Amino acid sequence: MTHGSGGNRTVRVDGLARVEGQGSLRVEISDGAVTDVALEIFEAPRYFEALLKGRGHTEAPDITARICGICPVAYQMTACAAIEDACSVAVDERIVALRRLLYCGEWIQSHALHVYLLHAPDFLGCADAVELAERDPVSVQRGLSLKRTGNLVMETIGGRSIHPVNVRTGGFYRAPSPESVAALAEPLRRARDAALDTVAWVAGFDYPDVEGDYRFVALRGGDRYPIESGWVGSSDGLDVSAAQFADLVVEEQVPRSTALQARLEGRDEYLTGPLARYALNEAVLPTIARQAASAAGLRSACRNPFRSIVVRSVELVFACDEALRLVASYEPPNPPSVDVSSHAGTGTGATEAPRGLLFHRYELDEQGVILQARIVPPTSQNQLTIEADLRRVVQGGLALSDNELTWRCEHAVRNHDPCISCAAHFLDVAVTRR
Amino acid sequence: MTAVATPTTGPARERPTLAVWKFASCDGCQLSLLDCEDELLALAGAVRIVHFSEMSRATAPGPYDVSLVEGSITTPEAAERILEVRASSRRLITIGACATAGGIQGLINFAAEGAYRSTVYAHPEYIATLGSSNPIAQHVPVDFELHGCPIDRGQLLEVLTAALAGRRPVIPGHSVCQECKARGTVCLLVARGMACLGPVTRAGCGALCPSVDRGCFGCFGPADTANTGSLSRRLLADGAAPMAISRLFRTFNAGAPAFQDEATVQARVPVVLRPREPGLTTEEGDGEAGPAPGGGRPGP
Repeated sequence: MTHGSGGNRTVRVDGLARVEGQGSLRVEISDGAVTDVALEIFEAPRYFEALLKGRGHTEAPDITARICGICPVAYQMTACAAIEDACSVAVDERIVALRRLLYCGEWIQSHALHVYLLHAPDFLGCADAVELAERDPVSVQRGLSLKRTGNLVMETIGGRSIHPVNVRTGGFYRAPSPESVAALAEPLRRARDAALDTVAWVAGFDYPDVEGDYRFVALRGGDRYPIESGWVGSSDGLDVSAAQFADLVVEEQVPRSTALQARLEGRDEYLTGPLARYALNEAVLPTIARQAASAAGLRSACRNPFRSIVVRSVELVFACDEALRLVASYEPPNPPSVDVSSHAGTGTGATEAPRGLLFHRYELDEQGVILQARIVPPTSQNQLTIEADLRRVVQGGLALSDNELTWRCEHAVRNHDPCISCAAHFLDVAVTRR
Repeated sequence: MTAVATPTTGPARERPTLAVWKFASCDGCQLSLLDCEDELLALAGAVRIVHFSEMSRATAPGPYDVSLVEGSITTPEAAERILEVRASSRRLITIGACATAGGIQGLINFAAEGAYRSTVYAHPEYIATLGSSNPIAQHVPVDFELHGCPIDRGQLLEVLTAALAGRRPVIPGHSVCQECKARGTVCLLVARGMACLGPVTRAGCGALCPSVDRGCFGCFGPADTANTGSLSRRLLADGAAPMAISRLFRTFNAGAPAFQDEATVQARVPVVLRPREPGLTTEEGDGEAGPAPGGGRPGP
């Protein structure tokens, strides 16, 4: 909704849709200039850091999975990494590979959901994917099929796609049979073709001409595109361990939000997610994904937030291709997990959730009881950058009608696939023009 | 479609309307609807999905023929909003452990709430909460509760189909044990002495955990006739510590009465193994077996 006239107007939307969770957004415009932008997160707080206190170290993966139904594997993998770090446990390569395969399934499921059901309708002027399916059933069916394949990978390894049951600290309860993993190859090959078609499809959308001066922060995975581990790098030279990074992140509480906002000490706001991962790791993408990116017009970095859908689609190609590689080389870990004995200490884990960098830190006592927990999801880290994006988008879009400007603001938020359920620990849109 | 009330005005064959609402939750149960990849477009043809924020920016005012409600009530605003949802919904179906039992955030009910707020937030005064995480049925009448953390999408489709047909959904109330037997999984509790909540947990997941050599951890909440006391005695006899048993019951369905009571009992039991005092868990306790003659409890 938009009120006001001339250079002073108010746009307000009660309930931002096609994001995970609840929040609102408010933009104030005075005499044709944007004077205030606020992302208001009213998702009810769920106090995960508090309720983890007193629980056992082996309970962290299943409890933190419940922070987000869209990316539970991200929480499980990050919790495992942090607990294993605290207990000075290293897992063997086969377990690492199986974790990465499970995580690829979540990337495929989550990216297909975002590209086709949440983001594409904005570019095509549709309220949702159901309306889009009336116009372009072939594309929507392709998206649903991709999503189904992501879920299939998660179900095969994790038991189910939402809150998988087969993950434990130290590895897995049971290694899936070689036959069940091999059966993933054919659907994954079809999914990789569908992902290539996805890149070509989104490359044809119309994009607003907007660029952000982003500070990108992402894991760097050595010779492989980062998913389940890595050092933290940035576009301005940061190169630190997960533990060192956690020390650099400062979280602040503001009255308008039940999510904490993160900044980097001495560096201010930053952006995590597909744009950041791509900018810092494009060189290590497999050839098939690099060629798709190049054909879609991406260079070595993309600073147009609306084009994040192209980068996300390139990551879909990568995730399918990487999953195929892992399926082909699968050897069941035996035993399926290593012992993670309780051990007093502090540990940090960082992984790349589909929507960006996620880190956990736990302090354990000698019985393995969690004394302190700190969980910093991608959306908390991206909040300030999303606000900066909105400022740019509104300033560049003042000529738009009120309805168009409101939709553009919603679209700008969805560019970053915010997960408000994760962050509240977010959306309703209001633009005020004075 | 006989029993689904359709608007008396408008086109004669108007499809029934479906709304999806979110309260404190992880969004996973709503995602189950979007995860019906093979059925989503058919569903959108059978009903008009008129309010579903996670899927669409379009919304329409009620009344709604069917409302699906995810999440628990934790704030004064939510307590108001659920009244509006109920008033505008002909059938209200709650989905998932948060909506039916308060969810994992229901652990707040067992702690001093101020302690929780200040653990996460530097300025707790900015946050308005009820200090508890309540199932929807504690605030408004609910027509059907679908359990699970997360719910099973097959069960969700059955509940929606039944609601549209005006019949009772066919959702089993028996325990996970029957699902293990059906899929031929050897009993972890009996054969390997592993802690497993399967005997007292509602079926619906397909006995996933035992199939991967893991004891059931109670995602679907208590079965209709959950004999939690008997299970605890078995776990104690197998060497489990009472606090460990208490924690086992106190997760995603911590607020479900049968699990809540047993967790409370076990948290109070001294570490020394002894029979529990009669009378502490009489309501949910021995439903299936029935009390022994004379009011005593059957042994494990």
